[in-house]
Order: sequence, then structure tokens, then C-alpha cells
Amino acid sequence: MKTHLLPAFRLTIVLALLTGVVYPLAITAAARLAFPYSANGSLLRDARGRVVGSALLGQRFGSPRYFQPRPSAAGDGYDAAASAGSNLGPTSRKLADAMAERVAAYRQLNGLAATQPVPADAVTASASGLDPHISPANAYLQVARVARERGLSVEQVGRLVARHTQPRQLGFLGEPRVNVLRLNLDLDAPAVR
Amino acid sequence: MTLLGWAQIALFLALLYLATRPLGRYLARVFAGERNALDRVLGPLERLIYRLAGIDPHVEMHPTAYALALLAFSLVGTLLTYVLLRCQGWLPLNPMGFSTATAPRGATAMTPDLAFNTAVSFATNTNWQAYGGESTLSYLSQMLALAYHNWVSAAAGMAVAVALVRGFARRGAATIGNFWFDLVRATLYVLLPLCVVFSLVLVSQGVAQNLAPYPTVSTLDGGRQTIAMGPVASQEAIKMLGTNGGGFFNANSAHPFENPTPLTNMLSMLSIFLLPAALFGMFGAMVGDERQGWALWAASAVMFLVGVTTVYAAETAGSPLAVRHGVAAGQGNMEGKEQRFGQAQSALFTTVTTAASCGAVCAMHDSLTPLATLVPLVNMQTDEVIFGGVGAGLYGLLIYAVLTVFIAGLMVGRTPEYLGKRIEAREVKLAMLFVLVSSASILCLTALAVSLPGPSSGVLNGGPRGFGEMLYAFSSATGNNGSALAGITANTPFYNVALGLAMLVGRFLMMLPALALAGSLAAKKYTPPSAGTFPTTTGLFVALLVGVIVIVAALTFFPALSLGPILEHGLMHAGRLF
Amino acid sequence: MSASRSTSRRRAANFDAPMVRRAAGDALRKLHPRLLARNPVMFVVAVGSVLTTGLLLRDAIGGAGARVVLFEGQVTLWLWFTVLFANFAEAMAEGRGKAQADSLRRTRQETSARRELPGGGLETVSATALRKGDIVRIEAGEMIPGDGDAIEGVATVNEAAITGESAPVIRESGGDRSAVTGGTTVLSDWLRIRITANPGETFVDRMIALVEGAERQKTPNEIALNILLAGLTIVFLLATVTLLPYSLYAVQAGGGSAPPTVPILVALLVCLIPTTIGGLLSAIGIAGIDRVMQHNVLATSGRAVEAAGDVDTLLLDKTGTITLGNRQAVEFRPVAGVDEATLADAAQLSSLADETPEGRSIVVLAKEYGLRERELASHEARFVEFTAQTRMSGVDWGQRRIRKGAAEAVYRWLREQGMAIPHDLEASATSVAQVGGTPLVVADNTSGALGVIYLKDIVKGGMRERFDQLRAMGIRTIMITGDNPLTAAAIAGEAGVDDFLAEATPEAKMQLIRREQAGGRMVAMTGDGTNDAPALAAADVGVAMNTGTQAAKEAGNMVDLDSNPTKLIEVVEIGKQLLMTRGALTTFSIANDVAKYFAILPALFGGLYALARAGHGPLWALNIMGLHSPESAILAAVIFNALIIVALIPLALRGVTYRPMAAAQLLRRNLLVYGLGGVLAPFPGIWLIDRLLVLLHLAPNA
Repeated sequence: MKTHLLPAFRLTIVLALLTGVVYPLAITAAARLAFPYSANGSLLRDARGRVVGSALLGQRFGSPRYFQPRPSAAGDGYDAAASAGSNLGPTSRKLADAMAERVAAYRQLNGLAATQPVPADAVTASASGLDPHISPANAYLQVARVARERGLSVEQVGRLVARHTQPRQLGFLGEPRVNVLRLNLDLDAPAVR
Repeated sequence: MTLLGWAQIALFLALLYLATRPLGRYLARVFAGERNALDRVLGPLERLIYRLAGIDPHVEMHPTAYALALLAFSLVGTLLTYVLLRCQGWLPLNPMGFSTATAPRGATAMTPDLAFNTAVSFATNTNWQAYGGESTLSYLSQMLALAYHNWVSAAAGMAVAVALVRGFARRGAATIGNFWFDLVRATLYVLLPLCVVFSLVLVSQGVAQNLAPYPTVSTLDGGRQTIAMGPVASQEAIKMLGTNGGGFFNANSAHPFENPTPLTNMLSMLSIFLLPAALFGMFGAMVGDERQGWALWAASAVMFLVGVTTVYAAETAGSPLAVRHGVAAGQGNMEGKEQRFGQAQSALFTTVTTAASCGAVCAMHDSLTPLATLVPLVNMQTDEVIFGGVGAGLYGLLIYAVLTVFIAGLMVGRTPEYLGKRIEAREVKLAMLFVLVSSASILCLTALAVSLPGPSSGVLNGGPRGFGEMLYAFSSATGNNGSALAGITANTPFYNVALGLAMLVGRFLMMLPALALAGSLAAKKYTPPSAGTFPTTTGLFVALLVGVIVIVAALTFFPALSLGPILEHGLMHAGRLF
Repeated sequence: MSASRSTSRRRAANFDAPMVRRAAGDALRKLHPRLLARNPVMFVVAVGSVLTTGLLLRDAIGGAGARVVLFEGQVTLWLWFTVLFANFAEAMAEGRGKAQADSLRRTRQETSARRELPGGGLETVSATALRKGDIVRIEAGEMIPGDGDAIEGVATVNEAAITGESAPVIRESGGDRSAVTGGTTVLSDWLRIRITANPGETFVDRMIALVEGAERQKTPNEIALNILLAGLTIVFLLATVTLLPYSLYAVQAGGGSAPPTVPILVALLVCLIPTTIGGLLSAIGIAGIDRVMQHNVLATSGRAVEAAGDVDTLLLDKTGTITLGNRQAVEFRPVAGVDEATLADAAQLSSLADETPEGRSIVVLAKEYGLRERELASHEARFVEFTAQTRMSGVDWGQRRIRKGAAEAVYRWLREQGMAIPHDLEASATSVAQVGGTPLVVADNTSGALGVIYLKDIVKGGMRERFDQLRAMGIRTIMITGDNPLTAAAIAGEAGVDDFLAEATPEAKMQLIRREQAGGRMVAMTGDGTNDAPALAAADVGVAMNTGTQAAKEAGNMVDLDSNPTKLIEVVEIGKQLLMTRGALTTFSIANDVAKYFAILPALFGGLYALARAGHGPLWALNIMGLHSPESAILAAVIFNALIIVALIPLALRGVTYRPMAAAQLLRRNLLVYGLGGVLAPFPGIWLIDRLLVLLHLAPNA
């Protein structure tokens, strides 16, 4: 053992510097050069040039004028410094109660019938708590409300949702989705009218 | 379940299949010390490393020396990480001031037991995380204390696997290679080029890579949001390729900064299985019969498909309760899932990450339906041999192959042989030790946790899932997986220490029998195959290998599992809540 | 098949009443902890039995309900039966050998011997007083007192006590038939014998020790299997023991029924650990040795029998194994200018006094040329016997001198006579050799070379098929012969062996063995002569012929009492069958667990999280067999587990059916029967026992 400790120590230092310092710094430099936008967190600016968040991260939208993102278990909701899921299982009373509550709230907010099924993503917390997307079905169910709140036509808002609906990547990977922040950002943009 | 969902699963396996042979052959060349395409670039660096470390890479080692070198290296790394973690407050690259007076509100303190657990966790390739990355660790800790282990623990795993394969390939030999040589070459010629390419691909898709402090922004709706970032992509690449799984962020691969698109998700899953599958190819190439590697590949693929089908079916079916509450059925169980990935990719990821000893998650396992949690549990309890961890998967599966050959091989009326090596008392003893160590660790430590009032009340979910959370924790730690039914409150002295022990046991007490087996096999004569030899490349052998893994390893846990997910499945359908 | 099969019937196994009674008694005696501890699996069962017995007593005295006592009582009873059945299996396996050993021992004790004194004269001593090197004299009707070598005399000996073969055999001093065995009887004439084994080390002693299993050491493969079984036992022990805290937690978390009791956990443990193979393992080994003995082959260790199954290369002596011992004259090939009748006539004359089978076959062949046997006395005939130096035999018939013999020898003789060797003679001799025949050249002093007699080696019937089977099993056969390469190649081709060693010397044989072993192959061979001893010792399986010399018998690890070299093939098959039986029962035993889980787990946990009115919780759904009640389910599993041991005793003793075929086919077949069968068989078995228990009111029906 003793005979191996010295080379072990020296090799640890060498490899730690290589893989723990040189490699990540080199990748940082290369990434900043080649893909500065994504390397820095895909930050989005509003029309005034103010950073409003990351295109990749969801954020809280309390106002009914905005499309609502999914429920979040990150911190007290969309805390981007405390990503987390709810970790509640299907036999959890807490989850069942929360889900029932969310279903009712969603129906009320969007003026749906009491028997209308609600999209699952609208009433379940995402894995990261920062899911930037909702399903197109969820988005379309919110169109009427957002249009009403903003005094826009349903067609106008619907067109916007359609434009923001990302298809499956490469045609078959993942699920179709709508980026809530980007959609809401465009809602606020003067161009909509 | 949809056709497109199955198409993604099929594509995944097809790509893995295509990568196995060429990468396997490349690995065989790397570990044989043969010249390869990267020699020109990496050769000088390799020699420089040997010189700086004072190592002669050409000295052949006996199994004992090999094991001691491995242990010495792991010990030094673990201690170094412990010190770095405890001292992160005084060290640079800590823009958020973790472990200092200026740490953000809600930050986790790096206590001695948490530092022990974390150091062991990364040194053992487990990457169990009792902390949230973005709320606990400085960038230096992430890069140097943790990601460093992502590299070398994977390289050490490969080294042990290569040593065992040499045991099969060599005849009448006393030595099984040089640990330093295997370690350095695995790092330089295998991990480094793959990581450089993969991390830049990840950045191109949106994965963050910077050293900036977390910006705080005013959200569109007038709120404030502090956005955690950091050198994510460089760490993400090795986290997947080294089957480590320790997320930069608490939410791991579900976090959009780690895994922003379905494409990065697919690439992440592929990179988890890439090296384990290629190691099967390398095994075939090194023993001179590639079909031997494909047999292991096929056995893995069969078990894998059963697993992924189970998860996919269970999750698309979802919880009957949600439907009763008025949730539309089409999307399946979306609690703890990301919209961009959907059910097929989430099921695939869940199966992949626990089949391999990765432990990264793109969906929260604790929110999975009961039968879907059964799959990760069984994957881990069978010692992660479905492709498995980098290195650990190959040596684990080879040990099961040895057991299979021994149990069923007698039925052809000969002393069992595997790859021309007779399987005798010593080999059986070491293989059984391997099986015994993991079962004992999981079963006994879980028993301890459920019996103690403190640890048993640290679960989030009630009923059978509470038991499942504890069983899962020790299965994950012993299997060096790192994923969790994360509702459990793991950052307590009991769990930090007990899980740390489980990780050490699951890593080193299983590597040592593997190395001893390597030595024992290397010393043996080679018996050429004949018509009377037990065939180990046929479909029948594949079925047998699967059967032995299911009956010897999985059935041991059947009683425990029936008290967890199986019971819970019944209760879920009965509408019981806890 | 061979002669051995008929004699084996004498000791053929059957379950006769005295043997079963004796085994039953032995089964009880084997409950001694020291004996039980040798078998980790059964030891655990025994400990469990003791534990449940204690708990049963506590509950019975403590006044637990009748339902509990009835249940625990039955569990306890069947756990003890499990242990006893395993002991019984071992005792049955030993039983056959023991009966035989007893009669052997009796013969030895009653024998006395007349030992030669150093100064001349004889003294009568007990056979047990004889030491190595003593010289004894045995007359007709007397029993040979110990193993030895005949150093003087020729006698017929009845070796039935050892071989079971009542036909007498010849034993004579010198040569390869000098070895005699203690316990056999001289029928006629007398022998002087040098004793070669001390008491306790003789053939009979070794045989007794072996059949009784007194010195039975576990074979390497058995040791490995025991480790596997011990490992599995520990794993299942952990799985069962930890169930207690797990289920306590479940009860606490969900309410419902009480946690499982200790007897139930013991029952689960016993059902899960591999008791079937654990109980039958030693019986299989003993039965394997016994089966070899039924073929009249005495193995010095179980290890040798096991090694026989691993043999890759069989070295077979050509003569007696592949070919009939004797060559036969099939053709006369005269040289140019000589007609066949002339050659036949000379050949016949030269062979008239030749009593070897070859000689007689020449005379018989000559008759076909209308030559009658002639009166030898009417002429002044003088016969020249074959010697190793001249390598010729012949006759001097008045002035005419006829010689026949090996080509080279006759050529030399012709040259000595100043006569030429016709050019077609050599061609003719070579052509005979090329087709595997032995050319005998015939010549006389008047007309010189007359021609060639074609002696043909006759390959035994069915050998080619036998070798094909061996090849399918992955075993290479190499023919060993003293013939020249040409002849050897031809016979090898005709017999269908894979390879041959021609002009074999003991050294060449050794080299061949070493070469095969260096290539990682295991070698089996037979031998009888003293010069075979080194090769017999070097081979992994060396079967010495009982007719052979003492040196050969000591060098090998088996002795074939019938001295039938073909039996080597059967020994290999028995070795394979032994290993197959172990593998099959191991697989069966482990595969059984699946069904037992489905009996016991619902019984254990069926009550957990039960809603009050239903009575059963969700896990009762695992009761896919529809068993009546938790008690009946557990009992059914335990009873099945015990009975399967008894049910498989005949299979363990007889061995699984063996047919020579390639490993892949064998595996497929055995896996179907014992693997799939092992998974499926317990389901109907447990179901049926459950029904019976309820019918007999031994278990509640709900």
C-alpha cells in the first residue's frame, strides 16, 4: 500500500489539474467563443433590452393576462436557485389534494366545464420545478382567457400559440411544447397588435 | 404508449448497437497499449503524466498490487475531496460565497458528515447527492472536488473491468496489467476526447457553461428570479459518459440548463450506455471472439427492454386517481416529468440511468407509479449489470456469467468452463462473495433504517412508498447508482454515514472479488472449446444468463419489493392514500 | 453392449426392503450435529427445525389456540422430515456399497495364509498379518490372502468376489497376467505370490473404504457447488431475517394484520434455500462412484469419476479396443511366376504348428485352395518358432525350408540364402500395409520369395458409431498402436478415430499425453503392462486392466475388473452423467423458488393494508394458485419442498438420462426438463397439497 501511496498522490494532483481545472476552463473558453448565448444561460431580454429570464427556465406568472406555466415545486415556485420536483408519489394524499385543487382552479380560471378533463401538465409539478414548457393542449385551453384579459381576439392569441408551438425535435424526439416565457414575451410585444 | 415513443426507444438501441463494435475495438487497442489515431495528440501528454506522477506504466501487476494501487488512489482522492469540500469557503471560484458568511439564504452547510458522504459518493462513482448543487457548492468544488472523481472513478471502473477481461484472455499468467496505465489511458484516450466533443454539443443545444455569479432578474410578471448557472456542460458530459450521474443542479438532468432539449436528452442517455456497451465489444475483441461480447450485449438488451416497457406502460397508464380527479388521461403521469421529454424519453431515461450505475434523472423517480419504481429498484438490486456502470457493468455481468456457466454448465456433463477457463471452487467463491456483498449491504442497512425511529421517519411519502424510499436509498448507494426516491430526507448524520458505508461496500468490496477473480482466471490454463463445451454465445446462454440474474439476484429481493412497489401498486388501484 | 453390462446386473440398484430399513435407521443417526454441519444447507434447515420445535413447545404449553398449534406442529414436523429425507437419500446411496463392503470384509477376515519363512519352510498366519514383500503359497481351493504378483506357477482363479464374473481366469507368473487380488480363490494348480500391499491398503480395503464413503472426500466440483449453495443460503437467510423489520414497518405504516411469526419465516427460509440439491448432493456423488462400480470398474476416488466427465482426449489401444485382438489372413498375393496355390501350400505348411490366431487363420484360408491339413508326423518336419530376434517362423521340411514373417526379416533371410528379392514383392507388401493390413512374406530356400499373406485387422462392430458419438460430445479419440504409420493410418481411417499414434513406445505415449495436457485437454487412457505405468499415472483418467501388472494397477486411478478396454468410453459417460445430474438438480432446485414465493408471500403479507371488511390486503393477489389460506399455503410449500427430495432420490441415484450428443443439444434438452420443469412443477404440486390439507382438515380453508 505504502509503495502505491506516493504515485497515487502525485497522479491525483496531475489528473485533478487536468480534468478538474484545465478541462472545464478550456471548455468554458471554447463555449463562450462558439456559443456565447447558450453558454451564458440563454438569457432573454424584453423589448426594452432588460433581461427578464432564461429562455430555458420557466418563471412564475401570477397574472391571468399571461399564459400560466406548470405548477412548480422549486423553492416557493420557480426558484431557479433551488430546482426540485415535488417527490410526491401517486398514493400521496398531499399530491391528490393538490391535484384536485389545481384542477378546480384551472377550470375556474379558464372557464371550463366541471367535467372537462384538464391537461396533466397543467396540474402536475414538473421534475425540475423550472419546466419552461406547457403542452399545446394546455396552451390552447388558456387562449380564450388570455385573449379576453388582453382584449385580443382568440384568433390572434391562437396564432401566437401556434407560432410558439415547437414540434417534436427532428420530427420525432420528445413532445410538442410551448415555451411559456417566450409566448408571454411576445404577448407583451407591440407587434402582436 | 405511442408509435413515436417506441421509435425513439428503437432508435436508441439501434444507435447503441452501431457504436458498440467500432468503439469496442478502439477500447481494446487502447488498453492493449497499441497505437491509435489519437497517439499523435495524446501520446506526449500521456508520457508527461507518467513522468510527473513518477510511474512506470509498463510494470505488470499481480492482482494484489493492482488492488492496492486502486485502493491507494481512491483513498487519496476521497481525502482530497473531503478537504476541498470542507474548505470551499476559503477557496476561489465561489462567486455565491457558499460556506461563507455571504452565502445565499437557504444554502446548505457543508457539515463533516455531508462532506464525508459526498466525498465517498463521488469517489465511488455513486454521485448520491444529499445536497442541492446550486445551493451548496462553489464552482471549484463542482469542478475539482466532484467532477474530477467523475473522470477517475469511471476510469478506475474501466481499469477493473479490463483487468478482469485480461484474466479471461491470458493463459497461465501471474499478472493482470498495470493499474496506472489502465487508469491514465482510460482518462486520456477514452473519456477526454468524448467529453470535449459532447460538452460542446451540449452547449450548442443550450447547456450553460460559465463561471459567472447567479444573476437575479426581474421577471415579466414583476417578480424576481435568481438564476443559478455555472460550468455545467463540461461537467454534464463526464457525468453521463462516466455513468456518474451527479447533477450540477439539484434537479439533475431534469434541469433545463443541464438537459435543455429532447436531443440532448437522447444524447445523454446514449452517452450513459455508450462506454458500458463498448466495453462488451472490447471484451469480445480481447478474448478473440466478438460473439462473446454480443451475448452479454443481448442479455443486457433483453432485460433492458423488459424494464423500459414496464416503465413506459406504467407511466402512460398513470394513476387512476388523477383521472378520477379530472385530469386528462392522454399524457400519463406527468408529476415529476418535463413536458419536453414526455413519457417515452422519461421511461427510457429512468431505465437507462438505473440499468447503468448512472443515477442522473430526467424525471423524479419518487413521483413514478409503483410499477415504474420497481424497475429502477430491480436494476440496482441486480448489481446494475444491464450494460451497467462504466466498467462495473462489464465486471458485474461477467461475474453473473461465471455463475450461470457454473450452475447450468454442469448440465452438459463437464466441469464448467467459461472462455476456456475452468470455473472451480475459488471462482465460485469470489462470484458468490460479489453477490452476497451487495445483498447483505442493501438488506441489512435497510433493515437498520426501518428499525430506527429517526431514519424511518425521514421519508416523505407514507405507506409502502416510505419503505420504498429507504430500500431505494440503500439499493442506490450499494449499487453506486446515486438516484433516489428523493422525498427522503437524506442529509442527516445517520443517512450520510450509513449510505456512505453502503457506497464504500458496494464499490470496493465488489471490486476486490472481481480483481481476485481476474488473478485466479489469468493463472489458469486454457481449454480449447469443443463440441462438448458449454456454449456461451447462443440465444440459450443469453436466456440462461437472464434467468440466473432474475432468480439469483432479483428474487432475493422479491419479498422486500412486495412490501414496497408491489404492495403500493395494489393500494394505488384500491384508491388508498397516505 | 459389452460384457460388463450383464455382470453389472448383479449389483443393480433396487429399493429392496432391508436396504430401505437400513437407510431409514442411518437417516436418524445422521442427525448428529457434527455430520449435519458438513452440509451447510441442511444444517440451516436443522437449526430452523430446532427453533420451530422450541417455539411450538412454548406455544403449546402457553396455551396458544389450536389453529396455531396445529399449524406450527405441522411446520415443525415437515421441517424435520426435510432433514431426514436428505439424510435418507445419502444413506440410500451408501447402502448399496455398504452391503457389498460387508461381504468383502467378511472374506478378508477369515482368510489365512501360508507364508514362506526366510530359511525355507512355511508358516500359517492370518491374512491380516501379511506385509509387503512376504511370499505366500496358495494351493487349489484356497483363497488368495492379499494383493500380490504371481512369481511362480500358473493357476485358474475365480475372481467372482471382486469382479462378479464367475468364469475363472488364468493367472501366471511373469508377463502381464501376474497380478492377483486378495479375496479371490485359486481353483486349480498353485501359485507362489509376492505380497504387494500391506493390510489396509489392499484392493479390497480401498474398495471397502470407497463404497462405505468413510474416506469419501468431496470432489473439487462438489466443493465448488457447496460454496454456491452455502452462498445462496446466506443470501436467502438475510432476505428472510430482514423481512421481520420490514414487515414490522409495514404493519406500523399501514395497520392491518400482525407481522409474520418466526415459524413462518423459518418455513419461508427453508423453502427458498436450495434444499433439493443440498439434500441430494452427496447422494449423487456416492451413486456416481457406485455406478462406476456396477460396471465393474473400481475408482480410487470420486475425483477420478468426476474427471472422467471432463475428458477431452481418449487414448485407446488399437488391439482389443478398436480391433478384435487377432488379425486374420484374408488373401494370398503371390509374386510373378508363382501361382496362388503354391503360395497357399507353403503358407499352410509353415503355419501348421503356429497356434497363434493369425497362424490358424492362415491354415483356414489355405483350405479354400483345396489343401487339406497334412499329417505332420509322416514327414520329417521341424518347426521354427517365432522369436523376437528373427521375427520369422517356419518349417524345415526335409530339405525344403519355408519361412514366413515380417517383410524386412524375410528379405534378410533371402539375402542370407543368396537369393534375389523380386521387385513386385516389395510393392505387394507395401500395398497390403497401405490398406491397414499386415503383410507376411513367405519364402523358401528352393524358389525364393513366393508372395505375401495379407493379414487383416478386423475393426470391431459399432466402433465407428461410437467414435462419432464421442466426437459429437467433443471428445477426440486417438488410437495407440505399435503398427507402422501406414497400417495405423488405414485402420484409423476404417475405425473412424480422430488421430493415431503409430509405432507407439511408452515414451511416445507419455509425450502424447503431455502434449495434449499442455493444450489444456484432459486425457484418459487404458493400460495393463508395467511399461504403461508412467503414462497411466500421467493421464487424468488412467484405467488399468485387472489382468494387468500390479504396477499398472497402482499407477492408474481406476481398475477395470473385467479388463475390457472399451469400457473407458462407458466410464467417461458415467462421469458426464454424474456432473449432469448435479447440474440438473441444482437448476431444478433453484428454479423451484419462483413458485414457492407465490405460495408463501401472499400468505405472509396477504393481510397487510387489509381494509376491514375484505380481510385480504392487495398482496393476496399474488396467490395466483388460489391456495385456501395462509396456513395451507405455507404448509403446502414446506411439504412440497420436503417431498420433492424423496421424489428425486431415484433420479439422484440413477442419474439423469444420458445420451451422447453435443453440449448445445444436451443443454437445451436438460434446460427444458430441469430448468423450465423446475419453474413449473411446484405450481401443480403445491396446489394439490393445499387441496389435500384442507380436505384432511389439516389446515383451515380460509
